[in-house]
Amino acid sequence: MADQPTALERFVQGILPENPVYRQLLGLCPTLAVTNGMKPALTMAVSVAFVLVCANVVISLIRNLLKPHLRIVVFTLTIATFVTVADRVLAAYMFQMSKTLGPYIPLIIVNCLIICRCEVCASKQNVITAAADGLGQAIGFGLALASIAAVREILGTGMLMGFRVLPACWPDWVVMVLPPGAFITLGLLLGLVNYIDDKREQARK
Amino acid sequence: MSLKNSNLAQAWLVLLLATLFGTALAGIQAKLGPVIEANKVKETMAKIPVLVLGEDLAAELADDNQTLTIKSRVVEVKKNGITKFYTVYDAWLPEGKVVGHVVKADGQGYADKIELLVGIDAQGERITGLFVLDQKETPGLGAKILEHAWRGQFKEKSTAKHLSVVKGGGVEEDEIDAISGATISSKSVTGIVNSAVADVVSHLDVPAGPENNKIPAVQNKEPGKNSKNKERS
Repeated sequence: MADQPTALERFVQGILPENPVYRQLLGLCPTLAVTNGMKPALTMAVSVAFVLVCANVVISLIRNLLKPHLRIVVFTLTIATFVTVADRVLAAYMFQMSKTLGPYIPLIIVNCLIICRCEVCASKQNVITAAADGLGQAIGFGLALASIAAVREILGTGMLMGFRVLPACWPDWVVMVLPPGAFITLGLLLGLVNYIDDKREQARK
Repeated sequence: MSLKNSNLAQAWLVLLLATLFGTALAGIQAKLGPVIEANKVKETMAKIPVLVLGEDLAAELADDNQTLTIKSRVVEVKKNGITKFYTVYDAWLPEGKVVGHVVKADGQGYADKIELLVGIDAQGERITGLFVLDQKETPGLGAKILEHAWRGQFKEKSTAKHLSVVKGGGVEEDEIDAISGATISSKSVTGIVNSAVADVVSHLDVPAGPENNKIPAVQNKEPGKNSKNKERS
């Protein structure tokens, strides 16, 4: 397999050109579920980053030992281990946040973004590239989560991380912090990203 | 089939990883488990004043820099040949008067186990409050059991009557209004409260002062372990 992207390319691609949420539409379950506030969104982003980088590194280290028909089992096993670590650490040191996020931390196990990176990159490339890929994708995921959470929290409560950003007379759009707000925000932001992309494409021509 | 192609030989990596990861996780659980358990105990202790006194009185007490004396004990209830264990926290005012009791109870919810704290007054006649310690109900529907507006309904209910869940209203003294879209969660919580109150209410008599130690302060049974002994119905 020639012409695999280098570590730097992998890293840069993950952040915007191949953003997990806006370009690949992966990992949408936590994207919709925990973005009603900036704090849970950032905690989720950090947890995913930890799992993603660790799983990528481990899979890359054992990539030559993988049997094609058993690889998904190995991916899932590795991911589940790191997710459990993240879950326990949160419960021990950030108890309230762990309760807020509830089942969504254990649910990182089924986040398709991580298994996708194991399949696409880590099982084929060396450790440094895999780590860079994990980091890039994690940053991209974090940016996406933070952007959605910012819109929802500001419009829904007038505050951002406990600080008031909109004047007190702002009528809180409560729907934005409820589940429908997640779909509305994600849809509009996706549209916006595609619109900007189109414009840039046209400008290049 | 040669050895090389046997299922076991092919799966060696999976087996090895499962063993390694399992051992690592057991180590982490052994290290962090007590911390997590301590977090839960701390949370329980922090809720008890509000549950037995109500929010206003609890705030007043905190303003006066006074605290309730809280001791936990394990109540054993034998019913139909099944032994159930409840952790009961008894609370005394600084001057030594029993002010109320809090029972920790759990049961099956819609999604997973629900853990509750039920406050009961000193005489064991009325419920003084309800708090949800742990739940994994559907966000936006069943998770509304966390909301003050819903669990506040249990306040002032008599412990003598079985509470029933009704849809739309709940005007009678022994009725709890169901959360729309989450009847099962509502019924689960009410059921847990009913059985906990019925089981424990006859075991609430405690000495007048916390120093009068007829009852061992904290028995050497961890609350978390007791719930596992509990018979699931």
